[in-house]
Amino acid sequence: MKVGIVRFPGSNCDEDAYHAIVDHVGAQAVFCWHKDHDLQGADLVILPGGFSYGDYLRPGAIARFSPIMQEVVAHAKRGAPVLAICNGFQIACEAGLLPGALLRNIRLQFICEQTHLRVETIGTRFTSRYHIDQVIRIPIAHGDGRYTADPDTLARLEGEGHVVFRYVDSSGHVTEAANPNGSLRNIAGISNGAGNVLGMMPHPERAVDDQLGSSDGLPLLQSLADAMLGGVAA
Amino acid sequence: MTRFRVAVQIVPRRGILDPQGKAVSDALHSLGFASVGDVRVGRHLVLDTDAESAADAESSVARMCEQLLANPVTEDFVISAVVPA
Repeated sequence: MKVGIVRFPGSNCDEDAYHAIVDHVGAQAVFCWHKDHDLQGADLVILPGGFSYGDYLRPGAIARFSPIMQEVVAHAKRGAPVLAICNGFQIACEAGLLPGALLRNIRLQFICEQTHLRVETIGTRFTSRYHIDQVIRIPIAHGDGRYTADPDTLARLEGEGHVVFRYVDSSGHVTEAANPNGSLRNIAGISNGAGNVLGMMPHPERAVDDQLGSSDGLPLLQSLADAMLGGVAA
Repeated sequence: MTRFRVAVQIVPRRGILDPQGKAVSDALHSLGFASVGDVRVGRHLVLDTDAESAADAESSVARMCEQLLANPVTEDFVISAVVPA
């Protein structure tokens, strides 16, 4: 598996993603500069976290017009996988790769903490190494993570099984107290209709080593590597 | 071509929770402005743009709002003034 990690001005989780892919998954990774039109033959594209373009106007609003995003959209349209983390999720929504939007956290604070997520589906190429309803610990670090979509979109996401992760308490229950940012229906991560684009506010690339607090993000990256090797289409 | 100065207001759409607006509304209530209802906090942009007419300038800025300046999922925009710059 070759992973292309896009670097925008203001990306700051690009190195974390590289470390996770190269040192923990054992796959190849390259950085793709946002001004280029070259994904360098990447099988998987990661849109990493950070503050692209300083979050000017709205997070992701300007980054989505970077030249490389044309290639990322084409890559996604071909059915190839895109993992959009944090600011990457915001960019993916702005680019129309995923439905909805990410608004200011409900209490207007930047939050950096461990969260518990429940794995809502394992029928994706991102989650095959988890088990259904598994509770995992993955950190968040964002000021604009409140997932919002219109009622029809929410119903479609739920009905078609595209809600991938939800914020829960440590027992796996969806509660208001477990919802760090006010996301509708405690949504932490969603996939697109075709299932090849995953957007999530929590950082799986920062949870790949027990010494750093959790290794619960590693199976997500390993699931992707499995899918590449096995040619899984889901 | 004439240079026009266009003002546009972008606000969170009604029905979408605006915690900043709610905090402002609560603060106004605590100051005694009991008449205040919903408050929306948004952005005000002023753009200079060249166009053949005021109407052209306005339609051009409307397209800018649709493509970049406002998020069609969560925000509404109002072009409030088009004057010669």
